[in-house]
Amino acid sequence: MTPVLAATASEQAELIVFIVLAPLAVVTALGMVLSRNAVYSALLLVVNFFCLAGFYVLLEAQFVAAVQVIVYAGAIMVLFLFVLMLLGVESQEALRETIKGQRPAAVLLSLGLLVAIVGALAAGVFDAEPASLAVANEGGNVQAIGRILFTRYTFAFETAGVLLVVAAVGALVLGKRQP
Amino acid sequence: MRVGPGAYLLLSAILFAIGVAGVLIRRNAIVVFMCVELMLNAVNLSFITFAKTNGSLDGQVLAFFVMVVAAAEVVVGLGILVAIFRKRSSISVDDVNLLKG
Repeated sequence: MTPVLAATASEQAELIVFIVLAPLAVVTALGMVLSRNAVYSALLLVVNFFCLAGFYVLLEAQFVAAVQVIVYAGAIMVLFLFVLMLLGVESQEALRETIKGQRPAAVLLSLGLLVAIVGALAAGVFDAEPASLAVANEGGNVQAIGRILFTRYTFAFETAGVLLVVAAVGALVLGKRQP
Repeated sequence: MRVGPGAYLLLSAILFAIGVAGVLIRRNAIVVFMCVELMLNAVNLSFITFAKTNGSLDGQVLAFFVMVVAAAEVVVGLGILVAIFRKRSSISVDDVNLLKG
């Protein structure tokens, strides 16, 4: 009896957290797109990334949630803000449309995309019962990810390291002042 | 009542559509980049939802690799933006039209 009750309580907690975080994520994403000031966009995006980290915790992905906060909300957004400040925040965005009717068309097209995806969802393409990660997360999520990362995905992991080195060198070359 | 995978996938779809709209609407190249990041994160949410649905950790590892590639992409992309800004004193995507036919 007790495990069932405990499961319901945790499900209720998940529901409450989801109800709080999901509208916040959507509103911050919309604000990011609609905000005139690029710095506000960046800060709203940081809030959005924190919401997504919360969802990752709900979905039993604690490691990815931590990486989301440290790498995305920490490192990448600091880089964005740094470049934003470097290039001047006061540069106003041109309100004139280069292609006539581009903005309504863009809104219509993305709404169409949303309807298509929601249609696929409603048709029950992904209507699987959620399995539990309890078996896969045996001994902790971080340990399990580490085991799988250094056995099945070793090559991809090494390649990712090479990619990061190449990206760092590329950024240095791009950022260097040409003589 | 509990939160099924459908709710997360719906949220992921909404965030992705917002990102698409942002990329198409905004003219500031840095904000366009941020919208691309939003789309990547929406897909990551799908990956992690599917990882839970399938009861395996492969989706989480894939999301981790998406983050690594996104970090590399941001570094190089912002480097390119700084280089463009030095040459043309503007980061509006409308002003980058040298390749126009």
